[in-house]
Amino acid sequence: MGCHAVYRKMKSSAATILCAALLCLTATSAARAQMELTGSWTPRNHEFLTGDGLPVDFTGIPLSDEGRIRALSYSESQLEMPEHQCQGWPAFYLVQGPFGLRIWSETDPLKGNVISYTIGGWEDRAPMTIWMDGRPHPSEYALHSRSGFTTGVWEGNTLVTFTTHMKAGFLRKTGAPSSDEATTTMRFYRHGDLLTILEIIVDPIYLAEPWILSRSFQLSPTPQPPIGPPCVTAYEGSVGPTAPHYLPEKNPFVDEMTTKYGVPRDAAIGEPETLYPEYRKKIQAAANK
Amino acid sequence: MRVFFIAALGTLLLGRMFGQVPAGPAPTAKASAPIDITGYWVAYVTEDWRFRMITPRKGDYQPVPLSPEARKIADAWDPAADEAAGNQCKSYGAGAIMRLAARFHITWQDDNTLRVESDAGMQTRLLHFNASPSSLGERTWQGYSSAQWEKPSSLKVETTNLRSGYLRKNGVPYSDNAAVTEYFDIAPIPGGGQVLLVTAIVDDPQYLRQPFTTSSQFKKEADGSKWDATPCTAK
Repeated sequence: MGCHAVYRKMKSSAATILCAALLCLTATSAARAQMELTGSWTPRNHEFLTGDGLPVDFTGIPLSDEGRIRALSYSESQLEMPEHQCQGWPAFYLVQGPFGLRIWSETDPLKGNVISYTIGGWEDRAPMTIWMDGRPHPSEYALHSRSGFTTGVWEGNTLVTFTTHMKAGFLRKTGAPSSDEATTTMRFYRHGDLLTILEIIVDPIYLAEPWILSRSFQLSPTPQPPIGPPCVTAYEGSVGPTAPHYLPEKNPFVDEMTTKYGVPRDAAIGEPETLYPEYRKKIQAAANK
Repeated sequence: MRVFFIAALGTLLLGRMFGQVPAGPAPTAKASAPIDITGYWVAYVTEDWRFRMITPRKGDYQPVPLSPEARKIADAWDPAADEAAGNQCKSYGAGAIMRLAARFHITWQDDNTLRVESDAGMQTRLLHFNASPSSLGERTWQGYSSAQWEKPSSLKVETTNLRSGYLRKNGVPYSDNAAVTEYFDIAPIPGGGQVLLVTAIVDDPQYLRQPFTTSSQFKKEADGSKWDATPCTAK
């Protein structure tokens, strides 16, 4: 090998090493751009995301006509039925519910990268696993579960998750329904010790437009439970031969929000236009009549 | 040519490794913005509907973590007295403004100042990226807001020098000792559109037992055709 050949080989090797180093640094930057999510987070319950608890409170939900009919037919007495007592909530309830979060990760023992995050469950919400290893969502015909199937990717410092394959359930405990075609996108923003989750639920059957919610959680030194106590059904002795329900136009609670708080009926039953500021004009016009 | 490439690559690597940046004037806040929050945004009222779209009744202040002193003030709320005293904008201050059912127009006032205007209450906030002045002057509804980009994709705003105001329309108070910290984040909406998420933490040792934390969503609008400027009202 002549001097020129040795020189060319050295230059080639140096370029290879520098390129590899640059790639490593870029990868390190991407890794640095992520943030730590694991730990216990207590909720900042300073907002009403689940409504007031009155039977017909669908304020803030952009229900479709089909969703509204179904919601108004719902009777909470259905929860007396043993087959409904442990039905639980879909994954998106983690933003709406009043409980804290326990988040842990599974890492690849060789590479050290996160394979999945798990957000622990409560008594009425199953744990949610967020797959970070790039696996695809299953076939649309695959089994649906309460927690569904969730994948996640990092966008800078934000974890973005997408959930499909949830069983039909409820958007709110008062009976606003969600279908098994609903999907949820969540974005996890961490600012210091505050974690804010932005949630966008799309349901082509029961929602007229994407429903957007958010809630904040505070990093906690006190451990949150990773799972709630088991749900045990019990016969309560009062269920008749049919599922409790209300026929169309027969829900006796439809005006309760109006009577108690002065909320117009359109808003109580989740008309989408009531979610925008211009609806205040209609309220004022009605009040001035 | 290859030698030049290797040298350039090496320089870039060493620069990255030792944190060197090219010399020159610091970029302006506008030029270094990692996200674009300018434009027209409409509040999407999916939470706390009955506290935001209508004026709640006196004494309806759940679940705000009020101190006993603050509860007395809220229980004594008198909108007519506020109007008479010229305090009809008390519920439009920086402690509550991003929770209003309103539209917001965000623009760059200059290279280092974001301007946030609301149609409801016709308020204007200025978010200053420059260093704060030594004296902040008289207290105002919107106070003085210092802003900084939080890389890679967020805006942090800290506001002080506030006049005491209301967290909610029905007289739920915050004091002039309150400080407000906000984070602005943006995200796409599946199917089209953009959402602005504003997480607000009101810290008030006088009237709040713990920091009051809310997060509000806004949808981006194409233009200001739905802008509806209306003055403050106490009722």
